[in-house]
Amino acid sequence: MATVQVERRELTLAEKLYIPEVVRGLVVTTRQMLKNAFGKKDVATIQYPEVKKVYPDRFRGRHRLTTREDGTVRCVACMLCSTACPAKCIHIVAGDRGGADVEKYPISFEIDLLVCVYCGFCEEACPCDAIRMDSGRHPLPSFSRDKQRIHKVQLLEDGVRSIARQGGEGT
Amino acid sequence: MSMGELILWGLVKFVCIVLGWVMLVATVLTLMERKQSAAMQNRVGPNRALIFGKKFPLSAFLGQILADALKVLFKEDYEPVNGNKWLHRIAPALGLIPAMLMWLVIPFGPGPPPGVEGHHWFQMADLNVGIIFIFAIASMSVYGATIGAWASNSAFSLLGGLRTAAQMISYEVTLGLSLVGIFMIYGSVQLNDIIWAQGDMAWGIVTQPLAFVLFMVAAVAETKRAPFDLPEAESELAAGYFTEYSSMRFAVFSLGEFIGIVAVAAIAACVFLGGWQIPWVETPLLADGTVDYGWLTVAQVAIFLVKMVFIIWLQMQIRWTLPRFRYDQLMKLGWVYLLPLAIFNLVITALVMYVLR
Ligand code: SF4
Ligand code: SF4
Repeated sequence: MATVQVERRELTLAEKLYIPEVVRGLVVTTRQMLKNAFGKKDVATIQYPEVKKVYPDRFRGRHRLTTREDGTVRCVACMLCSTACPAKCIHIVAGDRGGADVEKYPISFEIDLLVCVYCGFCEEACPCDAIRMDSGRHPLPSFSRDKQRIHKVQLLEDGVRSIARQGGEGT
Repeated sequence: MSMGELILWGLVKFVCIVLGWVMLVATVLTLMERKQSAAMQNRVGPNRALIFGKKFPLSAFLGQILADALKVLFKEDYEPVNGNKWLHRIAPALGLIPAMLMWLVIPFGPGPPPGVEGHHWFQMADLNVGIIFIFAIASMSVYGATIGAWASNSAFSLLGGLRTAAQMISYEVTLGLSLVGIFMIYGSVQLNDIIWAQGDMAWGIVTQPLAFVLFMVAAVAETKRAPFDLPEAESELAAGYFTEYSSMRFAVFSLGEFIGIVAVAAIAACVFLGGWQIPWVETPLLADGTVDYGWLTVAQVAIFLVKMVFIIWLQMQIRWTLPRFRYDQLMKLGWVYLLPLAIFNLVITALVMYVLR
């Protein structure tokens, strides 16, 4: 491509004198200052811990485990989520539930949030709507790494009941 | 008045003026500047340091100031290994002391009218060199910066120190010359007399508008703030001449700068905005020619402080509005434009005064 010649505008006398331009700049900043100090604020800052922004519906936040109608954990410890997890941060120990249609349940269910990349593959992989990431919260800060490894209890804490049918014929 | 009484009153006035007002304003300025710039840039500014976490009016203000003070007190006082330890230690004081000495001749309220003997209640000392004393002291503050820079043994500091020296010496010339027209018109270099004369004639900003602009430009350059903040240009030189300073010494340096800003505002208010004069209000005099002090005096002191705060605000506003000059532009502005303009202003003033007489 050929060289582009940029036409430079000659400065007018008022601009060359600089002082009128300084005054113009001062007017702009002063107007903004007065507006923010006394009028309607243009400030976009949200005072985070006191005021929280509502995240959009599809925000992938901290995981939660859903429960059945009878309050038991819905997860059947099929390991699909931990297999799908690219970060290998889901650790499940399966136990025998002793039921006829649903055989297993997780004795322990741990997610290491420091390793998790919040890709959402786990909730995609889950065949029975047992793990969800729609809590709308992001992980809280903590003073130790262990605290970031959340367990079944915490995962169930803000869990919801899922009404999808599970177990038995046709599912 | 006896010598002892003079010294006593001098001390009282020093405490009231320097500790009571100047230090207070300088301390509040460290916060107000951040708040003001935040408002200008659609930010919130510091608001997290509440006293004991309690919310009450101004708690975030007081909390922030206290937190800043505590922070600088408890930080490590770092001294560069290969620097000159003693010079490094005394440099902040060399920066702070001239800034405080400038207040010696600034009148906060009416003194006796020109030609009348009397005590100056609102001025520490009515030196007969007046404002020239301020210039003499102000040019000494360059030592604090350059010595501190040299003693730090750091390239950033050294460059900052060099720039400080060059810039301050260049703009001092304009600073001094811009006020000579004022001296000619009002016939004195003593601030008290200048302010009295401004009451009789017109304020300095009316008689010498060009000088006001020149003075403000040179004064902003003297206080080393944007658009003339090359000595401490943070994007090029870290923090310029006080890069290697930390803890209280750093605070003393910046406090000195803030006091310099307040001092410049005081001078500008005295010389160009009529000091403690309230427009169209006569200062009442007693039979022997001295001032009749009363409630009006309180109003006059208050109006002087208001004028000062206005100039401080203007300086801050300029600092957060304009981008920094390039170094050659800075030098060119100082020597090629401002200095001839100041001399031109002087010549015109002289001509007009000659014609009018
Ligand atoms: S969001 Fe992704 S990384 Fe995190 S646990 Fe689920 S699958 Fe693993
Ligand atoms: S959460 Fe879902 S995918 Fe993971 S083990 Fe439980 S049932 Fe299987």
